[in-house]
Amino acid sequence: MLRFSFKALALALGLFATAPAHAAGEAIPIPDRKFSFDGIFGTYDRASAQRGFQVYKEVCAACHGLRLVSYRNLRELGLTEAQVAAIAAQFEIKDGPNDEGQMFERPGRPADRFRSPFPNDAAARAANNGALPPDLSVMTKARAGGADYLFALLTGYVDPPPGVTVMDGMHYNKYFPGNQIAMGPVLNPDQVEYADGTKATIEQMAHDVSTFLQWAAEPELEKRRAMGVKVIIFLTILAGLTYAVKRKIWADVKH
Amino acid sequence: MADTAHAAPDGAPRRDFLKLVTGAFAAVGVGAIAWPFIASLQPAKDTLALATTDVDLAPIAEGQAVTVMWRGKPVFVRSRTPKEIQEARAVPTSALPDPATDQSRVQREQWLVLIGICTHLGCVPSGQRATDARGEYGGWFCPCHGSHYDTSGRIRKGPAPRNLDVPQYAFTSDTKIRIG
Amino acid sequence: MSIGLHNSEFKNPVVRWIDQRLPVFTMMQKEYGTFPTPKNFNYFWNFGALAMVTLMIMIATGVFLSMHYAAHTGLAFDSVERIMRDVNYGWLIRYVHMNGASMFFIVVYIHIFRGMYYGSYKAPRELLWILGVVIFLLMMATAFMGYVLPWGQMSFWGATVITNLFSAFPVVGNFIVELLWGGFSVDNPTLNRFFSLHYLLPFVILGVVFLHVAALHITGSNNPLGVEPKGPQDTLPFHPYYTAKDSVGLVVYFIVFAGLVFFVPNMLGHPDNYIPANPLVTPPHIVPEWYFLPYYAILRAVPDKLGGVLLMFGSILIWFVLPWLDRSPVRSMRFRPLARPFFLLWTVNFLVLLWVGAKPAEGVYVLIAQISTAYYFAYFLVVLPLLAKFERPLPLPESISRPVLGGGPLPMGAATKPMEKA
Repeated sequence: MLRFSFKALALALGLFATAPAHAAGEAIPIPDRKFSFDGIFGTYDRASAQRGFQVYKEVCAACHGLRLVSYRNLRELGLTEAQVAAIAAQFEIKDGPNDEGQMFERPGRPADRFRSPFPNDAAARAANNGALPPDLSVMTKARAGGADYLFALLTGYVDPPPGVTVMDGMHYNKYFPGNQIAMGPVLNPDQVEYADGTKATIEQMAHDVSTFLQWAAEPELEKRRAMGVKVIIFLTILAGLTYAVKRKIWADVKH
Repeated sequence: MADTAHAAPDGAPRRDFLKLVTGAFAAVGVGAIAWPFIASLQPAKDTLALATTDVDLAPIAEGQAVTVMWRGKPVFVRSRTPKEIQEARAVPTSALPDPATDQSRVQREQWLVLIGICTHLGCVPSGQRATDARGEYGGWFCPCHGSHYDTSGRIRKGPAPRNLDVPQYAFTSDTKIRIG
Repeated sequence: MSIGLHNSEFKNPVVRWIDQRLPVFTMMQKEYGTFPTPKNFNYFWNFGALAMVTLMIMIATGVFLSMHYAAHTGLAFDSVERIMRDVNYGWLIRYVHMNGASMFFIVVYIHIFRGMYYGSYKAPRELLWILGVVIFLLMMATAFMGYVLPWGQMSFWGATVITNLFSAFPVVGNFIVELLWGGFSVDNPTLNRFFSLHYLLPFVILGVVFLHVAALHITGSNNPLGVEPKGPQDTLPFHPYYTAKDSVGLVVYFIVFAGLVFFVPNMLGHPDNYIPANPLVTPPHIVPEWYFLPYYAILRAVPDKLGGVLLMFGSILIWFVLPWLDRSPVRSMRFRPLARPFFLLWTVNFLVLLWVGAKPAEGVYVLIAQISTAYYFAYFLVVLPLLAKFERPLPLPESISRPVLGGGPLPMGAATKPMEKA
């Protein structure tokens, strides 16, 4: 009898195994970067994510929005209520209409979503030679390789190999599909000054901002995994009990 | 799943115990599954985060009132005249269906802040504009079932059981309040 | 017994009062309590119950998701992410629903292949099988429209490609496509009607499932030997024997399900669907969800538009006539020495189609897809009809109890206590 459940399992696994093949996409292998949130029990390194937020705010936010994340969400990274309120207040948020029917700007509140740098896609393109800097809210879920890919991309700017001409306004990147990317190598050593004294190398900043964006895309990850462990333990015990009951019930049946 | 618990005759005691434990386990599991569904119906995090509203009092002249939205409900902010304040304070609380002093219902006597929902069945009482019907006590009048509120928002006549509710608010400056 | 009242056997006065007027308890007792069920099921017979439970899970999570979802092109993507971030346990409900679709297809595929292997489609169960194929078609439509709802890139382009399939039909093609779109491209009206239908169809599925079960309870279940039960010694009451056995399968199934939801929720999805839909940019590789890949491979195996579309639809529609293509009187492939390897090859071939459907339609992949497509149809149209004529089946056991007891005389007391009520 067990034989059959193994077969079923094998069939199910067969389906699983073939499925992710289509997620692979382009054939540029992405090196595996060690992140704190890797694996089943991984969690977000708060210090790294906070530094990553700083990198995002001071570098990326000039062009890239994070429109699905709210300032209040930063509390989850360990910032205090006052810090979050102060960060939100740095941004002018469009609100309205007021009593005169005019839209107006007011300082941001924790409940506001992150302000996007451009009012719409057309304005974003106009300011960037026709290229659209994508919103980063779910970026690690939207690219095969996730945070590994982001890190590889941010550290992947190299001189083009001989014979390759890079188009005007484009930059050569080892890991970008097609290798020519409109975004320049924006990270430079010591571009940001980390409050905790961490040395701001390109690699460090890329690592931190990848951690931050992974958190931005999957803020539920830690809760999800913690609950998953409990659920699986519970179900495993229940499976044992149910199987024992089944054995007992079937004990007197010859088959 | 749980119905394995009450089954088959021929009861060896160990099997019954086993079934009981399994049934209890399964029942706990089903209960645990129900919770996320119920929780998903509660106000979401963004809804909770939006639970404050700022009101600028400067443009509200004496005797005028404004209505602002707070948590999807109308909030009445009324700048009372000295006469209205005096009326509200002259009434002995023993004469009220829901006794409360006017002092207990305001933070600064000029400004009356109320949730504009009739405590009877949830209509919005009229009386915010000077031309509205304000009922027999000069406050608000609910057109749905005829409840009369006074200039402190207290129920005076009609089916409503309670005074109009006062939301949590605080003066953030002399001319600004934050509700919530 | 007074006229019109059902003669209830229940003792509990409340149960009895209801049962006399509406005999639901008698019905449940008959169909799920004492229902005589072949005693030799293996765990493959769990999958019908698993599919039923999965349908319930999908409806429950779907109803709750719809309370937060906004079916509008400008809002859909963000409303789904709001569910993931702000709605309490929204991430859990959404991931269960999203992965539930995959689990549903895994379960139903195994259920279908089990039916094919053990000949469950053969007389007298032809209608039972046909209702099952109807359920599967409805599931495909529901899953396809559900995948459009998050309004990501794959949602949009999947919808565009699949709806354009209908343009292959001569004369009426464009009319049908515009009817599906409600406009001149996949746009807001399309999203709105897909949402409406995605909510409706599961209840239609539920209705057909009811018929499927009703038909099953007329003919009774098939079993791994494919030999009808000869008497009470061959069956067991459904409860507690199969309620217990199904519970085991169910809990194990939940473990797999939970592993997917809690640890790799996006493994079976495509990253491009986290990019908001953009009608101006087609993703480099459009691929459907994994459970559609075999049909997608068949579609692309044919260099002709109409031919590809017909073959793709035909690949499922041919299941409808399977009971009449396979005329062999022997049900279970355990006793069909030739059909067995041909069927196992067919399942492997199905997985090959699934795999090749995810590959770019170029080079050697096209050839593989064509060979696999050919075998897919040849199995039904050539192999099965010929085997019915030429195959010599192994000797069948006389009854279900017989082989178990090593060919001894039929034991009258074999089914110890089960049948007192049946």
